[in-house]
Amino acid sequence: MPNEIKKYVQKLIAKGVREDGRKMDEYRDIKIEYNVSAKSAEGSARVTIGDTVVVAGIKLDMGTPFPDRPGEGTIMVNAELLPLSSPDFESGPPSIESIELSRVVDRGIRESKAIDFTKLCVKKGEKVWLVFIDIYPINDAGNLFDAAALAAMAALTTARFPKYDEKTELVDYYTRTDKPLELEKKPISITVLKIGDKILVDPTDREWKAYDARITVASLENGNISAMQKGGETPLSPEEIDKMIELGIAKAKELRKVLDKK
Amino acid sequence: MTYAKREDGRKFDELRPMEAKVGVIPRADGSAMFKIGKTIAYAAVYGPKALHPTHLRNPETGIIRCNYNMMSFSGSGDRIRPGPSRRSKEINLVMAKALSPVMDLSDYPNTVVDVFVELLQTDAGTRCAGITAASLALADAGIAMKDLVVAFAVGKVGDKVVVDLDYSEESFEEGATDIPIAVMPRTGKLTLLQLDGDITREEIKEALEKSKKAVKQLYDVQKEALKAKYEEK
Amino acid sequence: MGKLNVKDKDIVVPGEELADGMDILPAAGTYRDGDKIIASQVGVVSTNGRLIKLIPLGGRYIPKAGDTVIGKVVNMSFSSWFINVGYAYDGVLSLKDASSEYIDRGADLTRFYNFGDYMTCKITQVTRAMNIDLTMKGPGLRKLTGGKIIKITPSKVPRVIGKQGSMINLIKDKTGCRISIGQNGLVWIQGDDPAMEKLATEAVKEIEKKSHIPGLTDKITKFLSKEAKTTTIPKETKEIKK
Repeated sequence: MPNEIKKYVQKLIAKGVREDGRKMDEYRDIKIEYNVSAKSAEGSARVTIGDTVVVAGIKLDMGTPFPDRPGEGTIMVNAELLPLSSPDFESGPPSIESIELSRVVDRGIRESKAIDFTKLCVKKGEKVWLVFIDIYPINDAGNLFDAAALAAMAALTTARFPKYDEKTELVDYYTRTDKPLELEKKPISITVLKIGDKILVDPTDREWKAYDARITVASLENGNISAMQKGGETPLSPEEIDKMIELGIAKAKELRKVLDKK
Repeated sequence: MTYAKREDGRKFDELRPMEAKVGVIPRADGSAMFKIGKTIAYAAVYGPKALHPTHLRNPETGIIRCNYNMMSFSGSGDRIRPGPSRRSKEINLVMAKALSPVMDLSDYPNTVVDVFVELLQTDAGTRCAGITAASLALADAGIAMKDLVVAFAVGKVGDKVVVDLDYSEESFEEGATDIPIAVMPRTGKLTLLQLDGDITREEIKEALEKSKKAVKQLYDVQKEALKAKYEEK
Repeated sequence: MGKLNVKDKDIVVPGEELADGMDILPAAGTYRDGDKIIASQVGVVSTNGRLIKLIPLGGRYIPKAGDTVIGKVVNMSFSSWFINVGYAYDGVLSLKDASSEYIDRGADLTRFYNFGDYMTCKITQVTRAMNIDLTMKGPGLRKLTGGKIIKITPSKVPRVIGKQGSMINLIKDKTGCRISIGQNGLVWIQGDDPAMEKLATEAVKEIEKKSHIPGLTDKITKFLSKEAKTTTIPKETKEIKK
């Protein structure tokens, strides 16, 4: 029953103030660590935004293509809201929240064509690479959407293909090649919250409990948008949506700098 | 059958390099990260809290429940399917049994303490790393404990009795025996003992004898990590 | 003659041998095994004559009769409220203990205390099975409206209050906030100025973090005056306050 938290945060935001003293459009400190599971995963990264920590790992597997896309590999995104990371999450089958998180990260990458699926094809109609992106929050101090998308992108930048033996048709996970997983684009997701009549980014877990509406905007280097998702029960006017997109694109530029610093 | 030298240059009774930190998950009541060699475990503790289903409640004391999971990308080889397996369920059980002898939850009747362990990267010894991390997280949560618990494997690789097998040793072609143990450092008593392999009674005795130095060393790592949280920066 | 292996203010962890000898007596956070006294918690050593105890550095609240706590209404029945006081199971506030005025059976209880309301209340009774009875009758017991609730480690509560309330009064003076502290580690803070609420919150958190370090009062005094200067109040806030 986060009722009191919600009331308090809403009252504060109405005054134009955030609990931790940040400006509405201000992010907490962002840190990216690469290859945090280098022995096990083909690519991996840990993203820290304030107290929020999310890890992502990439596994590359050989599979058969979909019949309607014989010359294309694909990606599969799986995010799990671990009960380790917050008292608000419970054990059991994936919750609707974790499915939404997976889907939003998936579409940000898929729809931007960040990965050229035809380049994942090894033998048309028979063998294609499948890119598994697994995302786990370690500590949920808010803004898991942006942290998860950033961790996924950061992990992808480190991914190297394992050796594939065409004769035995087996992937040799103990031998990693130098061949990187090529990224055509780097979509960045920014979630903009509406609380009362204010919009803000990078919510803490308490602010996350107080939003009226949210939009996650995945945008590219050129400012184009590759995926969006509205959440929350409050309707938004086209003008509000435009303002939220504007803020989302502007903040994506900042996060891109952190990602490109590698 | 001879195993003359360990690949990573360790002595036969030497643990891999270790790193431990507590309080890494601020949302949890207690938490820890523990790294041994390339195996990395996170642990978080929530509770004591209300226990469901109610038939598990004990009016005399609280109980502990463990939840072990390997992240899908953390294995050696293929991606691991998400969700519990028979293996992880058994590990949940042995972890709880390894930890409960030191815990005193008599002030919290009818409650449960939930322990979550997640493996970020694995190179053998994951249940032991999980127990060591969980013990740190429980102490960090301020739960009354008679002692900490340290855990690692002893065993035999080829013809040599060794401490703390890594993945290459566990899968040594000419045979390896893996004996995960958990120990209460002060009394030296064991709270976890499993064994896979082929080994003599004398060799087990030798392995347990060799574990003593490692127990002390690992306890020191835990002690330092718990105290480091409160050092003035 | 017994021998201490540690000294006052040392930080110890479970399993550490604190003392040898039957003439030294184990108190909170410790236990005896043979002639040794062992730590059973992460805590700070405190000796008093022959007694040795630990002041815990973490841990959940264990309800005790006589404690004044901050609770939250989580459920209701015909004749009582269920109040979460930070323990695994809720406390019960029955009609007769809820108010000095007469409440009819079957009255709309939400008129007095609604779901999600916070209050300072007192624990009157705790059974062995940890059933907790609460009362609202007593000086200072009241509903807490507005403001924010923060959580600290219950064992740190005495440090946040300070000797005869010295520490908490210091924070109240410097920030102008109204503050209530429950023995269960919940702290209620309400101020007219969000920047001051933030400062008071940070001061309480600072005490929690440094409770075991000597010279705490000086540190907090410095913290409050340094931060008070640098804490800028956003423009919008000032306008609203007019």
